[in-house]
Amino acid sequence: MRTIPKEKLISELERIIIEAATVLDDEVVSCLRFGREQETSKLAIHILDEIIDNQQIARTENIPLCQDTGVAVFFVEIGNNLYFDYDLTEAINQAVRNGYIKGYLRKSVVQHPLDRKNTLDNTPAIIHYLPVIGDQLRIRFAPKGGGSENMSKLTMLTPADGRQGIIDFVVETVRNAGGKACPPIILGVGIGGNFEKSALLAKAALFRKLSDEATNPIDRELEKELYKVINETNVGPMGLTGKTTCLAVKVNSYPCHIASLPVAVNIQCHAARHKEVIL
Amino acid sequence: MSQEVIRISTPISDQERMSLRVGDIVLISGIIYTGRDAAHKLMVQALNNGEKLPFELNHQAIYYVGPTPAKPGQIIGSCGPTSSYRMDPYSPLLMANGLKVMIGKGPRSKAFQAQLVKNQAVYLDVTGGIGALLSKRVLKMEVIAYPWLESEAVHKLQVVDFPAIVAYDTCGNDIFNQ
Repeated sequence: MRTIPKEKLISELERIIIEAATVLDDEVVSCLRFGREQETSKLAIHILDEIIDNQQIARTENIPLCQDTGVAVFFVEIGNNLYFDYDLTEAINQAVRNGYIKGYLRKSVVQHPLDRKNTLDNTPAIIHYLPVIGDQLRIRFAPKGGGSENMSKLTMLTPADGRQGIIDFVVETVRNAGGKACPPIILGVGIGGNFEKSALLAKAALFRKLSDEATNPIDRELEKELYKVINETNVGPMGLTGKTTCLAVKVNSYPCHIASLPVAVNIQCHAARHKEVIL
Repeated sequence: MSQEVIRISTPISDQERMSLRVGDIVLISGIIYTGRDAAHKLMVQALNNGEKLPFELNHQAIYYVGPTPAKPGQIIGSCGPTSSYRMDPYSPLLMANGLKVMIGKGPRSKAFQAQLVKNQAVYLDVTGGIGALLSKRVLKMEVIAYPWLESEAVHKLQVVDFPAIVAYDTCGNDIFNQ
């Protein structure tokens, strides 16, 4: 059995929280550059140039890419040979508090959905725990903005709706989102499971690397087809038409009830910020 | 950027505003005020109660933004636009009181568009998620109202070459439905 000192955990998380806000992953930048090369319209080129310039300024001058530094979302994989003599959730929230304050990041969390009083330190985080085999702690972090999250959708299709039903729902969601989700977007699609499982699958899909493909061949083919049809919608950068509506589509699936076909679409804006640490 | 860029100054003249057309890329220089959900709610409440607003609306511009806190030595933090449609319920009263330019991101309601044309105002769309770039175009910032709203307080910004695209013009054209 091993443990990870609380101070070490908090300081490592603080670091990735601050870094994630200012540095866009190279693979996202490459996809943006690829999109820029495909475009022919004046506005689409202008917008993609702005987005590419912005990430460079953010990176070199340490300024958050976007003022919406999000709700802190974590996927935490805990090895079975680890033990903690402290409250892990409390430690992660302490790191969020420190990171958002020290990093001059925007605090975007309200205490109650209706009283809407800002908690002033961006806590509480949204944390998903996954037990795994081993003695490591892997923490993946994404600051998730409100604009694209607000345009995400979930539906319970019937088995008869099938593959085409999924495609139609995803495309309709992307069209309805239009410029509000800050395209070019990345789509996390969760199919199967049940009501809440599909939403979690979609979120987890957004944490995958842009370059990877689904291991299941059905999901992999669906990713390819969705990528193609979404980029044919002509929604375009910031919804002002163009060829670059999405940078990637990630599909995660899970077994489901004989009567069900849950589909969740979680949208990520072009400021797709992610960091991970393994302790 | 191409030579087709149009430079405008705020507060904006009638002639300048009415000459803008959907799809024009503009660079704004001058004064703009910030406000988003919470500040809009307070401004509309104040007007409904017959109270004075924290700034004179006539011919002015409001930018929908809640910036990140400025670091020591910075004028402003990351300051990209937030989605404008959430301000749709509040904008008509502000336009009726002289507001002429709204700056934010994304499409807005038909009801908003009708009021915009009636008031001969314009709506400018700023690319979302480019707050670092935009922060370099702000020369001066001061909080002028509702400081307890923190990021959502009303700030007076002096900007230079602040980039936007004309989304709804005074003739009723709509960039999102062409």
